[in-house]
Amino acid sequence: MTQRKLMTVDGNEAAASIAHRLSEVIAIYPITPSSPMGEFADEWSAQGRKNIWGIVPEVMEMQSEGGAAGTVHGALQAGAMTTTFTASQGLLLMIPNMYKIAGEFLPFTMHVSARTLATHALSIFGDHSDVMACRQTGFAMLASGSVQEVHDMALIAHAATLRSRIPFLHFFDGFRTSHEVAMMEALSDDDLRRMIDEKSIEAFRERALTPDRPKIRGTAQNPDTFFQAREAGNHFYRDCPGVVQSVMDCFAELTGRKYKLFDYFGDPAAERVIIVMGSGAEAVHETVDWLVDRGEKVGVLKVRLYRPFAMHDFAAALPQSVKAMAVLDRTKESGAVGEPLYLDVVSALREMRQEGTSPLADDPTIIGGRYGLSSKEFNPAMVKAVFDELQKEAPKNHFTIGIMDDVSHTSLEYDHAFDIEPDDVVRAVFFGLGADGTVGANKNSIKIIGEETENHGQGYFVYDSKKSGGITISHLRFGPRPIQSSYLIRQASFVACHHFVFLDKYDVLGYARPGAVFLLNAPFAADEVWDRLPREVQEEMLKKQVKFYVIDAAAVAKQTGMGGRINTIMQTCFFAISGVLPRDEAVAKIKSSIQKTYGKKGEEVVKKNFQAVDETLANLHEVKIPDRVTAKRVRPAIVSSGAPELIRNVTALMMVEKGDALPVSAMPVDGTWPVGTTRWEKRNIGLEIPVWDPAVCIQCGKCSFVCPHGTIRTKAYDAAVLNDAPATFQSADAKGASFKGLKYSVQVAPEDCTGCGLCVMTCPAKDKTNPRHKAINMAPQRPLRDQERENYDFFLGIPYPDRRELKMDIKGSQLLEPLFEYSGCCSGCGETPYIKLLTQLFGDRTLIANATGCSSIYGGNLPTTPYTTNDAGRGPTWANSLFEDNAEFGFGYRLAIDRHREQARTLLKRLSSAVGDSLADAILKADQSSEAGLAAAREQVEALRKKLVGIDQPEARRLELLADYLVKKSVWIVGGDGWAYDIGYGGLDHVLAMGRDVNILVLDTEVYSNTGGQQSKATPLGAVAKFASAGKEMAKKDLGMIAMSYGSVYVARVAFGARDTQTLKAFIEAESYPGTSLIIAYSHCIAQGYDLAYGVRQQKLAVDSGHWPLYRYDPQRKAAGENPLQLESQAPKIPLADYIYNETRYRMLQKLDRERAQGLLRAAEEEVQQRFAFYEQLAKLPGSGPEKSETPKKTTREDG
Amino acid sequence: MELATTYLGLQLSHPLMAGASPLADDLDKVKRLEDAGAAAIVMHSLFEEQIADELNRAMLDVETPEESFPEALTYYPKREDYRFGPEEYLEQIGQIKKAVSIPVIGSLNGITAGGWIDYGRRIEEAGADALELNLYQVSADTEETGQAVEDRLLAVVRGVKKAVGIPVAVKLSPFFSSLPNFAKGLDAIGVDGLVLFNRFYQPDIDVDELEVVPRLKLSDSSALLLRLRWLAILSGRVKASLAVTGGVHTGKDAVKAVMAGAHGVQMVSALLKNGPQHLAQIRQEMADWLETHEYESLAQMCGSMSLRTSPDPGAFERGNYMRTLQGRRT
Repeated sequence: MTQRKLMTVDGNEAAASIAHRLSEVIAIYPITPSSPMGEFADEWSAQGRKNIWGIVPEVMEMQSEGGAAGTVHGALQAGAMTTTFTASQGLLLMIPNMYKIAGEFLPFTMHVSARTLATHALSIFGDHSDVMACRQTGFAMLASGSVQEVHDMALIAHAATLRSRIPFLHFFDGFRTSHEVAMMEALSDDDLRRMIDEKSIEAFRERALTPDRPKIRGTAQNPDTFFQAREAGNHFYRDCPGVVQSVMDCFAELTGRKYKLFDYFGDPAAERVIIVMGSGAEAVHETVDWLVDRGEKVGVLKVRLYRPFAMHDFAAALPQSVKAMAVLDRTKESGAVGEPLYLDVVSALREMRQEGTSPLADDPTIIGGRYGLSSKEFNPAMVKAVFDELQKEAPKNHFTIGIMDDVSHTSLEYDHAFDIEPDDVVRAVFFGLGADGTVGANKNSIKIIGEETENHGQGYFVYDSKKSGGITISHLRFGPRPIQSSYLIRQASFVACHHFVFLDKYDVLGYARPGAVFLLNAPFAADEVWDRLPREVQEEMLKKQVKFYVIDAAAVAKQTGMGGRINTIMQTCFFAISGVLPRDEAVAKIKSSIQKTYGKKGEEVVKKNFQAVDETLANLHEVKIPDRVTAKRVRPAIVSSGAPELIRNVTALMMVEKGDALPVSAMPVDGTWPVGTTRWEKRNIGLEIPVWDPAVCIQCGKCSFVCPHGTIRTKAYDAAVLNDAPATFQSADAKGASFKGLKYSVQVAPEDCTGCGLCVMTCPAKDKTNPRHKAINMAPQRPLRDQERENYDFFLGIPYPDRRELKMDIKGSQLLEPLFEYSGCCSGCGETPYIKLLTQLFGDRTLIANATGCSSIYGGNLPTTPYTTNDAGRGPTWANSLFEDNAEFGFGYRLAIDRHREQARTLLKRLSSAVGDSLADAILKADQSSEAGLAAAREQVEALRKKLVGIDQPEARRLELLADYLVKKSVWIVGGDGWAYDIGYGGLDHVLAMGRDVNILVLDTEVYSNTGGQQSKATPLGAVAKFASAGKEMAKKDLGMIAMSYGSVYVARVAFGARDTQTLKAFIEAESYPGTSLIIAYSHCIAQGYDLAYGVRQQKLAVDSGHWPLYRYDPQRKAAGENPLQLESQAPKIPLADYIYNETRYRMLQKLDRERAQGLLRAAEEEVQQRFAFYEQLAKLPGSGPEKSETPKKTTREDG
Repeated sequence: MELATTYLGLQLSHPLMAGASPLADDLDKVKRLEDAGAAAIVMHSLFEEQIADELNRAMLDVETPEESFPEALTYYPKREDYRFGPEEYLEQIGQIKKAVSIPVIGSLNGITAGGWIDYGRRIEEAGADALELNLYQVSADTEETGQAVEDRLLAVVRGVKKAVGIPVAVKLSPFFSSLPNFAKGLDAIGVDGLVLFNRFYQPDIDVDELEVVPRLKLSDSSALLLRLRWLAILSGRVKASLAVTGGVHTGKDAVKAVMAGAHGVQMVSALLKNGPQHLAQIRQEMADWLETHEYESLAQMCGSMSLRTSPDPGAFERGNYMRTLQGRRT
């Protein structure tokens, strides 16, 4: 047998490696957790890597999975070997084409990292709900449970589809397998060639559409023949399992790895068997081996080929001795008799019994159960509980395992302490801070150990749902055998905490087994660190007698020029003290790995890293643990005692990674959660926070305006308020005639501020004698925390000014309460200032429809969410439907609201005399175009409610329910450029054309930010992005121009960092415009590649260079005979290069291909000039005159 | 007319070359410079800070956001060939060498000992014919003496000389207490050429924004005068060859520079203003002048107006000041 290369890869790479080499066309669309497969393919094609036929596959990113599936279908019809990668909602969008592809018997393999479908909530994590929704499409379905299996089954699927003509859906568990890093034996091109049947390819090519042998497909058929035609291909399905098995047999001959359609492991005379597929089967397998060693008669049947379901092979694989079986499904099918695999098993055995072909002597008991939804942990303790259940006389059917169901009582109890992990496997858990490089270093460690020693390695990484300051938990195993443990580590021999403050929040030591090594990065000396620990941590360390090491990694990083990157340092510590390898050998290997990683990147990086490694060893100290607890402090409470019950009892647990312990009864049934919960999660992630100097401040409000986090706020208030102010609370006399006699404060939320620095960079006020000192200046957070917490609490209690009296300029807008605060966005995010502004201006009457993406993650990812309410209890109400349908979803809000309002008005008219004609008339004729008008309308509605109480008519009751709709509601449709320019564009366009009163806010980062930097049609010419790694050649789509072409849409293109007043004006006008409005908002983003503290400066450069012209197009101006388009930025006045080369997305190309970069820069310059000239011409056109103008019909107000 | 000269040991057909500037960034412009007859081309400077910052920035911007959020483990396409350091500078040298046959002079700018010096070696490996080391020193430390500054700079030059085998020119600023003495120190190290002078980015003040704004205006012929004096003072007194940079805009300017002692004449502003082909014009003007004034060759006038040989050496020293004052008085 040939010696194959061992590689450390994740499941996605394992699949893509096969798919890329066996395809000519790859059409994809990014979706978590499958995106990396497409990205690998794109990178390889960009590098010129060829498939086994010597051709570089063409990788194409489409506008949606629907588009990708259509492209796939077309490529197959035209005879190209084709693949795609997807998951979840993306897979659902492919279903229509999947039916077609299967109906036409086109050989095709798609690879799916199976992910939860959005139901009551979205989840990016893994289960089989998506693939199970495809089991009726006619695709064959092949499951993998480990990284090696993904690699193997990918090839088996590609080989089998050619021979069977049935398209294959090859799937593996999202995250658990797609993102697990493990060592596998890589299949060579020769292996692939040996497995692929060239004759089948020839036949496929011959069937392809070509005008040289014309044929027609995709006809429409009628009742006379459709049915028969549908039955005509049955033999392909009958033969398919045999084909797959023969391919598996060939594979076994080639590689020695034997697979069967259904693989049984365990006692040949087992009485209890679990039937399962995917990664869960590995945990079951491991547990079975352990139980069988202890004399238990148990086994596991792994389902490989789920469709076509070969029932005779299935039954033949079962031990005849089986008495009870549990079928585990990683999905939920509400309302069904049972979950899909369970139903298949039951009906297969029933059918075989009926036809007399069942090989089983007895009629075994069969129960079905659900496990592992949304990557819920599934470990040996749970497996053991299922086997125990099977032993019972009347085992529970339709059970759940892994949760506590105290409502429907479906769950099985399990012994949380049950652990079967062997001692010869090193288990290490690392708590890292998002940006510190811990995960990358750990992946590297697995590579080092896996590829350069006899050990096998496995890594799995748990990430935070917050985009800034989040935690990562790495689970690493190293052992002498391939590692099957498809679950998290609970008893680690090595635990590292890379961020000292985690000890105050998370139960880090909970992962340590007795005698474990505990490594702590702390800003304290070895003789001081013990006393700094909270009591709970000291107690646990003593109880477990851990070996304790400490390093001040930040100091070493600073000293060696590594900045904030402590990854190499902590990795060195791990190797030095974990005992995985002898210390010297380990250090040598780290250095050689650094050389490998950075050698090409530059010698300086290598040197710095080497220095960091050497300094680490000199600064790593063992701490002798005293024999008793000495701590004078305990862990701070997770949330304040003033928090609502739900926050204290439910949300708080989720905040500290203990959400698994929550029972079903703690959950809302329909995914509804209270708003305003981020305020309870004090994250303290800002190392520095802004400090206000009232003496320098000009009270412009810009700091608050640009704050992405709602953490620097301004208030103008009566001086008497200060009587109760804390001693350090600062205030100044409010400036400006309208604030005469009032006081003014700028206040920071110290524990919520992320320290991004945007406010300080924006602050225009400088001390005249020391201009380095501004009106706000960054200072270390820790010494200010307590004092400013008290100040902020006091500040929050100061009443907000009367909205009716505020002038709506920047300063005035920032005296309004933000109803979006402390979100989990990236530190310095360029999107959230717009959303915050929206909530300040209209939040108390706003419904938000939010497309999936960054804004739905920081806007609606649990545990805590940022939309909140004002004192009256009003605030934005928010929902996310899907990625692709957001415009339509928000449009639906509008239709519903308008109907409610219409009905309310009708009822009010009918009840006019009962409530009083003057009141009814006032409400019906209310002008709600101003804050005063809105306030008056609210008061009138309040008066109406009081009247209604006394009216004993059914219509009065109905009006009570609808009365609030008599006050104007504002619909905002919010999303990113991926939604607006690509996947949701069709719907967006339709909504633009409908003219109804909705406001569309496009947060344009010019790239798919949430899924990690794939190009969108908003990506500018010359920028590098995934799927445009050589720089995008096409110019950015001009969405604003398309919208303007309707003539009836209010369109504004804004950049708050360039001209905040124009942004403010655009928001106010868009909302007041009684038709459809579109705001395209420049949003600086981490995916553009620079320190976001400079976001405001970059926005200005974007505008000054002409890349981002500012304008407002207001159809209402036509009524006054004016040109609707107002161009509000000047002709390009700085070279485009001065803007773009501050950003990695452009600089990268300079470094990769200087000449191409120059060429694209020239093209982009030309494009910018031409576009500006075009806008300028349009803006200079004379107005058409009032008599010719048209304004859209007002749809939210009626004339009486 | 014979215009040949030797600069940094390189035999050049005439002294006019493109000085360190963005001109060399663009291959097309480089070719046009060669077509215009440029005797050599100096690359733009690779700064000490740039070498360190590029690495840090690329690591910060690309690596720091990675692996912290489950949906976006990376933000950029993984390209093996994406280097963090200023490697494209080295590639550009190689490409220029391939594109043209005239000598290419690499340029480094730094003032402290450090890892960046190694880039001199890499510039040499990339194919540069010589290296220009720009000592762009602005003393802002009240504790560092003039002697210490000079010692530090000499140490840097020593380091670079040690690192490379190609000729090294040192580009200087005029701000030394004793430029001739410092030049002598450089001579002792074996520096092959001196380039007079650096044109500083002059910080300006934006009085509205209370900000310091860097400005670099293109030079004009008036900038030449300072250089003429120091060329004249150094000419014939150091082993290193001399080049002028700053203020050469006409053929006559070039003639003056050579007369003051320049072996090489670098032009930047004039070429940025008028395009690469302007170099051909200057060359023609210079040749015509020599022709008209019946010189046999350029070599004949090189250094003729130096401190050592000019008819009025005092004019280059304090005498010039006296005369200027007197001139104003009259």
